Amino acid sequence: MKLGIVLAILCMALFAGSLVTGRMAVPPLQSLGALWSDTGTPISVVMREIRLPRALLAVMIGASLGLSGAAMQGYLRNPLAEPGLIGVSASAALGAVLAIQTGLAAAFTLALPLSALSAALLSVTLVLLLAGPRGSSLTLILAGIALSALASALTSLVLNLSPNPFAAAEIVFWMLGALSDRSFEHVWIALPFMLLGWVLLGTLGRSLDALTLGEDAAEAMGIRLSHVRLKLVIGTATCVGAATAVAGAIGFVGLVVPHVLRQFVGARPSALLWASALGGAAMVLAADIAVRVLLPERDLKLGVLMALVGAPLFLHLIYKTRGEIR
Amino acid sequence: MSVLDIDRLTVQRGACPVVDGVSLSVAAGECIGLIGPNGAGKTTMMRASLGLLPHEGHCSLSAMPPQTRARTCAWMPQERVISWPVSVETVVALGRLPHLPKGSRLRADDQRAVDAALDKMGLSEMRARTATQLSGGEQARVLIARALAQDTPILMADEPIAGLDPAGQISTMRVFSNLADDGRAVIVSLHDLGLAARHCTRLLLMHQGALVADGTPQQVLSQDNLRHVFGVSAHFVQTEQGPVFQPLEVL
Repeated sequence: MKLGIVLAILCMALFAGSLVTGRMAVPPLQSLGALWSDTGTPISVVMREIRLPRALLAVMIGASLGLSGAAMQGYLRNPLAEPGLIGVSASAALGAVLAIQTGLAAAFTLALPLSALSAALLSVTLVLLLAGPRGSSLTLILAGIALSALASALTSLVLNLSPNPFAAAEIVFWMLGALSDRSFEHVWIALPFMLLGWVLLGTLGRSLDALTLGEDAAEAMGIRLSHVRLKLVIGTATCVGAATAVAGAIGFVGLVVPHVLRQFVGARPSALLWASALGGAAMVLAADIAVRVLLPERDLKLGVLMALVGAPLFLHLIYKTRGEIR
Repeated sequence: MSVLDIDRLTVQRGACPVVDGVSLSVAAGECIGLIGPNGAGKTTMMRASLGLLPHEGHCSLSAMPPQTRARTCAWMPQERVISWPVSVETVVALGRLPHLPKGSRLRADDQRAVDAALDKMGLSEMRARTATQLSGGEQARVLIARALAQDTPILMADEPIAGLDPAGQISTMRVFSNLADDGRAVIVSLHDLGLAARHCTRLLLMHQGALVADGTPQQVLSQDNLRHVFGVSAHFVQTEQGPVFQPLEVL
């Protein structure tokens, strides 16, 4: 409970921090004030149409990745699991790349996220069909890895056959993951999918707790594993698919955040769900502030920074807990 | 009064039946040992009767909706799994899940059941310890306490004393026979026929998927059955300290 309050306050502070960070040098209070008044001044336009959707997207994406990471680790009972395992991120990226390559993305803004989302939903359907309704979690992972590999191969093929270097560069930059130049359209397209994902994953707490004792014991305690799996896969797919669709590939949040927070919730999978959602939101908000503060002129990509910070953090955690991981 | 009825329970794996038409009925207060060689179908029979495996025939447990079944029978799989470094008390409290309404936290009587289970297994002092850091024997006790906290009329356990030291084996069997004395039905699969003879009121002998003997330890552990099913000879005597059973030779 205490942790929840700390994380919520941290999120709010970082949200405000994200709102007052940007190229336009305006005092923080004045820029926050401009949120409430639609005066048509440049700062009010910047606040309402650029910074607010950007900060909202950071919260939504961070929460989605943190929540689905915690759910995936809880379901697989493995601290190394991450939401990309079921192949959704790679497929969403492929959908986005196809939209860029075919010129659809240039024709209208939402073509890219829509194409990415369709690819994510297609891949999750395939994963569920491949793994079958009663298959083990291992089959699910194998199906996810296979689809991930296929989607990555197809993405590489598109890059390989790209007719000009500019198209290839655009694809590569998009794949690095960023929240710059996003608008409320992106918020509205991602939000319904993420809400669905949050509801599905948020109801898994009890089942994930029971799974601490293994699949057999959990099922004997009245947990319907096939329902759990369906909710997990669809919830993760809508969360991660929507996140990738609007921001590109942002790794490490789903892996690192649950790992960091686990010790603070007594390792209970149900408590970790919401803690990781808040923690994920805080991490993405912080990283998105950092990319603007560190190299304001160079358009440092969020996904790049996240990996640069996330990987050493993860290594540190492994070093610290190597004796405890069994 | 019968708390569990199984009628012609059959589990097929491919064309071959691994459990073959097992019928039995269990009354409250019985402490039943399920014995038989490796591969006799003991685990499969128990899992099927819980509805964890597709099966033919009828079982009063597997016919129940999952939640009701979980309030009727606690199941301890052979594999002892505690996946996360949670506290002992958290593990034991998981036993209350089937009793909790959706979204509800532990209530006063749930907490009482958890405390009682911890106490019964001698774990009260250890309740705040991290379960995954305990020894194998201590973890086994934690998982038994979890099943006790489920507070069900039936307890089914798959080789609960495998891998425990002699004191752990005896005290665990005592917990089970005490539960039976309190009016619960206990069904445990065992390989230690000596402990089965001493602590169980009734033995079920399985061989190649079929139930080949059902009765008191003395009836079931006959030289005939031992030779035919286990391929061993044994010494079985009644002493002042109760029955003593010792396998002697492979035949």
